[in-house]
This record gives sequence, structure tokens and C-alpha cells, in this order.
Amino acid sequence: MSYKIVVLAKQVPDTRNVGKDAMTPEGTVNRAALPAIFNPEDLNALEQALRLKEQNPGSTVSILTMGPPRATEVIREGLYRGVDNGYLLTDRAFAGADTLATSYALSMAIRKIGGCDIIMGGRQAIDGDTAQVGPQVAEKLGINQVTYTEEILSLKDGKITVKRHIDGGVETVEAPLPVLLTVNSTADPCRPRNAKLLMKYKRAMAPMEMPQDGTLPYAEQYKKKPYLTVTQWSVADVDGDLQQCGLAGSPTKVKAVQNIVFKAKESKTFTASDGDVEALIQELLANHTIG
Amino acid sequence: MNNVFVYCEIEKTIVEEVSLELLTKGRKLADQLGVELEAICAGTDIKGKVESQVLPYGVDKLHIFDAEGLFPYTSKPHTSILVNLFKQEKPQICLMGATVIGRDLGPRVSSCLKSGLTADCTALKIGEYDDTKSGKHYDQLLYQIRPAFGGNIVATIVNPDHRPQMATVRSGVMKAETKDPNYKGEVIIQDVAKFVPETDFVVKVLDRHVEKAKNNLKGASIIVSGGYGVGSREDFNLLYEFAQEIHAEVGGSRAAADAGFCDCDLQIGQTGVTVRPKVYIACGISGAIQHVAGMKESGIVISINTDPDAPINQLADYVIVGSVQEVLPKLIKYYKKNSK
Repeated sequence: MSYKIVVLAKQVPDTRNVGKDAMTPEGTVNRAALPAIFNPEDLNALEQALRLKEQNPGSTVSILTMGPPRATEVIREGLYRGVDNGYLLTDRAFAGADTLATSYALSMAIRKIGGCDIIMGGRQAIDGDTAQVGPQVAEKLGINQVTYTEEILSLKDGKITVKRHIDGGVETVEAPLPVLLTVNSTADPCRPRNAKLLMKYKRAMAPMEMPQDGTLPYAEQYKKKPYLTVTQWSVADVDGDLQQCGLAGSPTKVKAVQNIVFKAKESKTFTASDGDVEALIQELLANHTIG
Repeated sequence: MNNVFVYCEIEKTIVEEVSLELLTKGRKLADQLGVELEAICAGTDIKGKVESQVLPYGVDKLHIFDAEGLFPYTSKPHTSILVNLFKQEKPQICLMGATVIGRDLGPRVSSCLKSGLTADCTALKIGEYDDTKSGKHYDQLLYQIRPAFGGNIVATIVNPDHRPQMATVRSGVMKAETKDPNYKGEVIIQDVAKFVPETDFVVKVLDRHVEKAKNNLKGASIIVSGGYGVGSREDFNLLYEFAQEIHAEVGGSRAAADAGFCDCDLQIGQTGVTVRPKVYIACGISGAIQHVAGMKESGIVISINTDPDAPINQLADYVIVGSVQEVLPKLIKYYKKNSK
């Protein structure tokens, strides 16, 4: 039995490695100072998808991402690891989308791809930590969902059995296809890039990444090798309703953004010397903080 | 109509603590808005068992959905319950726990109702809002306040035009306080079949293991907590050693959990446990906003950090400038010497 699998991946600013220049003096986020990376849990999802492909010959894995043209980087990263093809969903009309508008756009693209059996993504993205897009895409497609996936135990007879994390434990659930899974960081890590695939796909680009003035290097290669041109879709390409995309389709609005500055308390500072540490312990014991 | 709703999470027949915390918050919001507080309990064999757990929090109406297949939780039946009940009752606010269940259910419900949802709020308030684009003024919206962007900012989110305004909140962020042990609320036993189509019961839970939490971080009076600055899993043992001496619990920051220095269930912060100890000892923790969100109500804060300008030092009562590896053994040594 072969399956059509789609992995949802997001390019995110690396919020785990935030330097001092991450915030502008005006208190807004300086995106330029943060490296853009493949959302970590989406990599865990990608690994699960690639394993299903290997275990079920004839299956295909596609990677779908929404973002600016440079987000094609996550598609290339997928191609280097064994996905069959990628789709970049890009349009100015998608800008400013909250989770609901994002899931609408992704669900329209999945409909356009058509006939998907399994959709997978990371549990959440590190820039928002909401964990909402997965379940919202499942709802928009009217399919089942299994969130917090740790491991896929079996896939047969149109049913998938999954071990998932729950509060205070684990559970094993069985869900009929089609299904959307979100995968945790505690699932197995993603395989590294494959050297042959890296050579094959290193020039893969979405049309919007290519120079428009005829100066595209190795232009003849893109004619000979259609797989080097990544499929790129706009709102119109996926038959999207503009009212449900981007800012217009987002019920949540940001009222205020604040760069929290802690109010400094009166604090006593000690060094790490023996004398200082002992003095501190004596003070803490004397005022019954500890002991 | 227009009331505040809280979805209560139930393990077998016990209502989870996080739901009681949200009922307390929900009661306050309802009072401010001059509306009623309604609660939803869905499970199997819960009739006669959940009422006394929920009503004392000031619940005016309790909707009970009791049927086979509603426990253990699966996404679709619980989604149908909320969606169909909300279409009928038109709540203005719906709160649920930012738990595995709440984060599975909330987005699905919000997608179906096309209403906004804000995850992992650390504060909820009622306030006014002016939409600069449309020029419209809104009087009493729910401010959904949460750290965002890796904790570098705190955002206030509103849903001006869509109802219900939905938010999830982590366990321990709000405080549970009963309003009146004899609070008189109406109990409505709903006919599950009218809300949930039979086709919703498709995902089967084959096996389930739930254990009591291994740690007691939420109830601890002293917490020794380690961050990335601890350096390794081996050096995390120093925290356990010190904690054992002073009868404390051990916690960690997200950076420490991500690096594998400590287990994920020890994580304190916005996406982990929220704690309110008497004493919080931060070892090698820089103090990102998400971490601070989970410990800012601690009594006395002691920070051990090589960086004298670490943000956490701003809220510390005592700062020791030095490495965890150097300072902790000394703290242990001098505690032993002086306490006996």
C-alpha cells in the first residue's frame, strides 16, 4: 500500500539564540538579527514521514511551506533529506496571518495537492509556540488529528497507530486515514542531509527567488531538470478567498506589544569567595529563608 | 447568551486543578462584565460526581455531557460538544487549560467557529480597544496577554469582532479559590446524541498510562532551579545535592531542558510549570521572559550567575556572581557547617 504524505514546515527566526541586538531601540523585533531556521519540531515530523515512505514503497512525501520566497530554504532542506517535491505558498496577501488565516491557506494548498492520506507537522513553531495550526488545518479539511505524537507504531488497513504524549503519561491511539499528526521534539531526530541529494537539488529554487532580468546562472539546467524549479503558489493558485487570508482573515489583533523591562529590586550582591558564600548562608539561616 | 464559559478537563471523574483555576478567573471576569459563569463537563459516568467539584467556584450554569466514549478524551466528540453548544449559547469568552487536551481542542473549536484563540496566556483582563483602521471603539474586550517571539516581547491580543474570545492558560498561572461552598448553580444534563454525531467516535484510545507527577514543583516552598549555565547533566546533580540539604525541589529552565541537562517535566516557565515558592534559587539562569513568567511570584529570589548583568538579577534579592560549579559546592559546604 502506498501513501501520499505532506509535511507542513515553517521557516522561523531562531528565537532560542537571541542576541543583544534582537530588539530594536524602539522595542520591536529585529528579524534581521535572528537567523532563519527550519522549525525544529517540523524536522521531527519530516523524519517520521520519510520513514513511512521507506516502509511503504511507492509512497511520496511532499513538503509544504508558507512564507516569503526565502522560505524555499526549508523546501531545499527537505529535498536534501529525501522528500519528493515541495510547494511554496507565497503571496503578499498572506502577510499578517494569525493561526486561523494560516491554517486556511495551508488547507487550501493541501486541497490543491489533492488525495493526501497523511499530513504531518511539528507540534508547534518556536516563534509563536501556539500549537494551533495543526489542529486547525485538520478541522478545515474535516479530517482526524493526533497531536503530541511520539512514535508511529503501525500503518495498515487504512489505520495509523500512534503513541502520543499526554499530561502525566502516554497513550496509544488508532485513527483512520486521512489523518493529521503533529510531532513532538522528543520523537526521533531528523536524519542529516544526503550528499547525493544535496548535489542534485542545491540549485533548486522557487521562481520568485530567481533573478528576473535573464541573469539566472545555469539557466539551461532549469530547462533540462524540471525538479529544480520548486512549485510556487499564490492565493489565486489555490483558489483562496482573500477575505480569509492574511490580516483580513485573522480574528486576533495585536493590541500592544511591550518590551518588558524588569523592575530592579534592591538586591545584595556577593562574590563567589568562601567568605561571601558563608556570609550569605548565615544571613539566609538567620532570617529563616532556608533551614 | 454572552456569558463566560470554562471547559473543564476531567480525568475519570476528577476535575483537573487547571480547570478550577480557570473557573476562579472566569468568575472574576463574569463579575466585571456583569454576566454569568457557565462550565462544561464532558466525560463518562461523571453525573453526580462533578457538580460538587465545580459549583463552589461560583458557576451559575453547569452543562454536563455524560456518555460512553467521552472519556478518554478524543478530539472530534469534544469539539462537536463545544461547537454546537456555543452556536446555541453564544458565549463571549471561553477559557480552557493550555494542557495537551486544551491545546488539541481549542484550535479545532476556534477553526470551526472562525473565532480567534490565544494560546498560553499569562494574564487575562477586560479593557477597551480602539481599532485605528476601522475607527471602531470596543468597550469590554478580553485582553489576552502572553509572551511571544521567544519571550522577547509581551503581546496583548484582542479579538474585536469574533465570538467567543478564546484563550488557553497553563496550569498554575491562575489561583484556584472557591467562592461559596453552597453556591447555587443550575445543572443541565445535556443529551449528548444531539450534539455529537456517531461518526465522531472514530479515533480509538487503545492504551493509556497516566502517572502522578514525579515532582512537586507546584507545591514546593523552596525551588533550586538550573539553566543553561549549569553546563551539563552531571553538574545538574549539584542542584539535587543542594536541594536535598535544604529540603527543596529541583526545576529547570527551557534552555536546560532543551539541552538535556534536566527532564522536560521539570521545566519552569510559560511553556512549563508555573511556581510560587517562598524561595527560588536560580542557578545559571539568564531570565528570559518566558522563564520569569513561570516564577515571578516567588518570594525571595537568589541568583547565581557569572554575568552580573543577567536579566534575572533584576528581580533577585541576592545575587552571587560566579559559576554554578564553583558556588553550589560552597553553598552546600557552608550550609552543612552553619545549620547544624
